[in-house]
Amino acid sequence: MASVRFERRIDVPADRVWALVGDPTRITEWFPGVLEARVEGDRRTVRLATGVEMPERILVADGRTRHFAYRLESDLVRFHLGTIDVFELGPCDTLVVYATTAEPDTMALVIGGATDEALDAIARLGEGPGD
Amino acid sequence: MGRKILFITTDQQRYDTLGVNGGRVASTPVVDGLAREGVRYTRCQPTSVVCMPSRASMLTGQYPSTHGAWMNGVALRVDAPSVAAALHDRGYATALVGKAHFEPFLDPFGRYVENALSNLGVPTVEQPWFDGRVGVHRGFDVLELATHGVLGPLHYARWLRHTHPEAVGGFYPVLDADLNVNAAGGGDTGAPQVRYNDVAREWYHTEWVAERTIAWLEGLDPNRDWFCWMSFPDPHHPWDPPAEAARRVDWRDVPLPENYPERREERERLLDAKARHWRLWYDGRVVSNYEAPAHWVPATLTADQVREVNALNAVEVELIDEAIGRVLAVVEARGWGEETDVVFTTDHGELQGDFGLLFKGPYHVDGLVRLPLVWRPARSAKVAPAVVTAPVSLVSLAATFLEIAGGERPAWAEGDALPRDDAATPSDAATVTEWDSDLFGVDVHVRTIVTRSHLYSEYGPGALHDGTEAELYDLADDPLQRVNLADDPGARARRAELHGRLAEHEVRPGERATPGRLVAPV
Repeated sequence: MASVRFERRIDVPADRVWALVGDPTRITEWFPGVLEARVEGDRRTVRLATGVEMPERILVADGRTRHFAYRLESDLVRFHLGTIDVFELGPCDTLVVYATTAEPDTMALVIGGATDEALDAIARLGEGPGD
Repeated sequence: MGRKILFITTDQQRYDTLGVNGGRVASTPVVDGLAREGVRYTRCQPTSVVCMPSRASMLTGQYPSTHGAWMNGVALRVDAPSVAAALHDRGYATALVGKAHFEPFLDPFGRYVENALSNLGVPTVEQPWFDGRVGVHRGFDVLELATHGVLGPLHYARWLRHTHPEAVGGFYPVLDADLNVNAAGGGDTGAPQVRYNDVAREWYHTEWVAERTIAWLEGLDPNRDWFCWMSFPDPHHPWDPPAEAARRVDWRDVPLPENYPERREERERLLDAKARHWRLWYDGRVVSNYEAPAHWVPATLTADQVREVNALNAVEVELIDEAIGRVLAVVEARGWGEETDVVFTTDHGELQGDFGLLFKGPYHVDGLVRLPLVWRPARSAKVAPAVVTAPVSLVSLAATFLEIAGGERPAWAEGDALPRDDAATPSDAATVTEWDSDLFGVDVHVRTIVTRSHLYSEYGPGALHDGTEAELYDLADDPLQRVNLADDPGARARRAELHGRLAEHEVRPGERATPGRLVAPV
């Protein structure tokens, strides 16, 4: 089991970042390679640029604590836990922390690399024109 | 109409696997013929001894510390300079068929173009270029991609799984259940990464690469200039060629490599004379990089395993040679024979038993840093056949291709065009290989310079080195690099000179890309 964690400090209100992260259908806007997301209850299925469909289970999407947690339920991993935490540091100052724990260890590196890029996209979108 | 360019690469092929370079196991009449007709280089060096940085250097004409893809798993930035884009600008049709690997393979999300392209069903996509324009991905009109196995999203793997699913199980599983390079033994000797593959020869990736190249060439306007990078995934491990060909070389008849010390004491004595990570890896105490199986201990390698690996490697080299012959026949049949330059090389070498080791890593000796390179200029150019003994580098390929196309070396390329004979090389010619790795907290940093007379490596501070270690070999007196002169008082002046030249390399002028992020092991 291995863990990686990436973070970004973004000059926008925390609620604006949470609007992107906390809505499970909006992952297509910021996670690299995700072309489509279907959500039914706590199940999310993402269709990837490789053509593969990857099932996920949403564990937590708590707007009060701005905490999102999910698991990939794919043959690629024996275990996966992804968490995204959005912290309000100030009125226009937000810290986003994206953590990945996975087994095999190699997948933590691979998924973590994608989450690092996802944070770039979240920052771009958050700091861009509003919805 | 200008000169066409067929750029042929293999993956992880040693200098001494070609007959024309003294190889004794594989028969390579096609590439040998190109060498006799053209220019053969006897000391070509990569910029890196792993795939991604080295291939990125071929495309960009830059060292890894400039283009930023410093290790496998670090993507070459999408807007990096590209010789294919420069040729595209000159009106060339451009294609890359086979192994690209400018972007990580382990990419389940398909966030990199190479991994998404087959599913998208388009020959290329538009991307930003280095000069601010938008154009076809890395300058290629067409990319049809393959790698060593049949898993994953690349064109060949999808094709095989779709059209011949029964053949999938014949291939050696490159990765194990933990997604590490597989250590499982196979074949007759239990050697790692060896299998007799029951796939039909015509479905094997070597044949697929040749056939897709031929299909692209046959679709071209005969008056169009073209640049085709035909990139074979072999003879990189796994060594799992089609069984119908695999027994053409009987491993029991294969001689042990000249640099394989048969006695364990001798192997260990030689390793102990080198920087400390050599022996640490041999004993299974450290795996510094992903490219060697994490759960394999080199000290367990037997002489018979070396023979079997080298036999299967030779078979793969022969299959490539025969595939090249078929492609060259099409080039001739289309009437391009006089106008086509053919360049053959590889991205890096393979230890293949040298010092009792297999695979690759931060071990900069001839097995890894001396590469086959043959340039058969277009016959219309009337270049005299030659053998160039001065050190040259793959970093020179980009400028060479542009020179062939009538252009000049672009400002972003760090290498000059390849010389056509020894008279065109300076007496102090030298080339540099870089290594920077960081695998789960083990970081290694090496810089190696090769001159006409010496090979010198310096190890920077890292998890395994304190920054003082070095290796210095006299290539004339010690061609197998067995006697490390780094601490020999008689070699102090030579070491100081080479240290100075490496220091110059580090501060060479030019703009450097920000080093890319490590996002995958490979």
